[in-house]
Amino acid sequence: MNLKIQIEDGNSKSIVRLSGEIDVYTAPKLKDALLPLTKRQGTILEVDLELVNYMDSTGLGVFVNALKLSKENRCNLILVNLQDTVLRLFQITGLHEIMDLNSTIRGVEE
Amino acid sequence: MGTNDLDARSYTDLLKGYIETRDERALYGAEQISKSFIKNNISPEEIVNMHIQALLEIYPELTDKIQPTMNFLLEAMMAYGLAHQEYQLLREKQLRIRSEIEVAAGMQSMLLQSEVPKMDELDIGVISVPANQMNGDYHHFVKGKDGTISIAIADIIGKGIPAALSMSMIKYAMDSFPENEMSTNTILASLNRVVERNVDPSMFITMFYAQYNPDTGKFYYSSAGHEPGFFYSDKTKSFKEFEAKGLVLGVNPDTTYMQSELDIEKGDMVILLTDGVTECRKGDVFIERDEVLEVIKTYMHLPAQDIVNHVYRYFEKIQNFQLRDDFTLIILKKVV
Repeated sequence: MNLKIQIEDGNSKSIVRLSGEIDVYTAPKLKDALLPLTKRQGTILEVDLELVNYMDSTGLGVFVNALKLSKENRCNLILVNLQDTVLRLFQITGLHEIMDLNSTIRGVEE
Repeated sequence: MGTNDLDARSYTDLLKGYIETRDERALYGAEQISKSFIKNNISPEEIVNMHIQALLEIYPELTDKIQPTMNFLLEAMMAYGLAHQEYQLLREKQLRIRSEIEVAAGMQSMLLQSEVPKMDELDIGVISVPANQMNGDYHHFVKGKDGTISIAIADIIGKGIPAALSMSMIKYAMDSFPENEMSTNTILASLNRVVERNVDPSMFITMFYAQYNPDTGKFYYSSAGHEPGFFYSDKTKSFKEFEAKGLVLGVNPDTTYMQSELDIEKGDMVILLTDGVTECRKGDVFIERDEVLEVIKTYMHLPAQDIVNHVYRYFEKIQNFQLRDDFTLIILKKVV
């Protein structure tokens, strides 16, 4: 399986749309795309995981790395539209408590 | 005569033979000699040179016209020759690296060996199988002087050699803790500080840490973001997931952990695992945690070591004997 990475690069906000699987094979590619974006001070970095149907712990490692860097650089990292299986991984590892996750951003009605 | 000259001689003879007979057998000979060229590290430009020499011998009269084209071909082959040399060097290097990794993997498993404690009350079964040469899963047993046993099961995220080094670090940190004087949550908090200071930013560790006191039958546990294990109660004949929450080790230096406790009675069972067990796949389908339990149920009447062996064989088989992730399963059965 593969991972597609689409970057919408804005001045104050960048959106990274991912689709496919994040595992030990695709994680390096994600790392290369994501980490440079976390170094932009005062920006928002939104990662859309709606089309990610599988992620393993190596993928989590990339987000842990991104989180640390974004904190150092005061960039605001947000993960949105997590599928249940992916969300579960963040919950088991306790990372959901320290990361900005929004899994219900899709619908406007609330 | 060196191998080169030998090859050159037979090359000329083969070529001659082929020109005369146009026979398949001579072509087969060329195929064979090509293998011998590779074996003897003969570069492409040397082969072209051999061809030139053979032509000189066979068709002295054609030489004037052919020779310049052959010299041209010779130059055109030069880069291939260099590429071939590089390939040879890389191959040697790779063999050397592989043997070094084997030595390191051997050292790792020796350093990290943890003997399963023997005790009358608990029947303990353990299996841990790496997907690659180095195991990113780790487990550790310590039996204290008062009979308490401590059990750690961990998954180091960030595979390969850095993970293995980090694991040794954890082991030595754990060995340096005062025996049984610390609760499971303080142990995780201490390890968290060790890991946070030392690892690379994408690496983290999930760990489940437990202590069992055979005198009181109490089982204490804490989790640092580890895949939850299961508790089987013989009284209710039901499985329950361990409810233990906590952040993985190595992300935030100030993390604190909670300790929970449980009374273990005769016939009860504790199942600890890593995500290599629950992330097995059948083709493209992932194994649900329930399926893991179903397999365990099938074998739970057996001694603990037999259960873990059977469960491993089951999942190894459905993954076509190709583990995607390291696989560690620990089962504790209270038998008295």
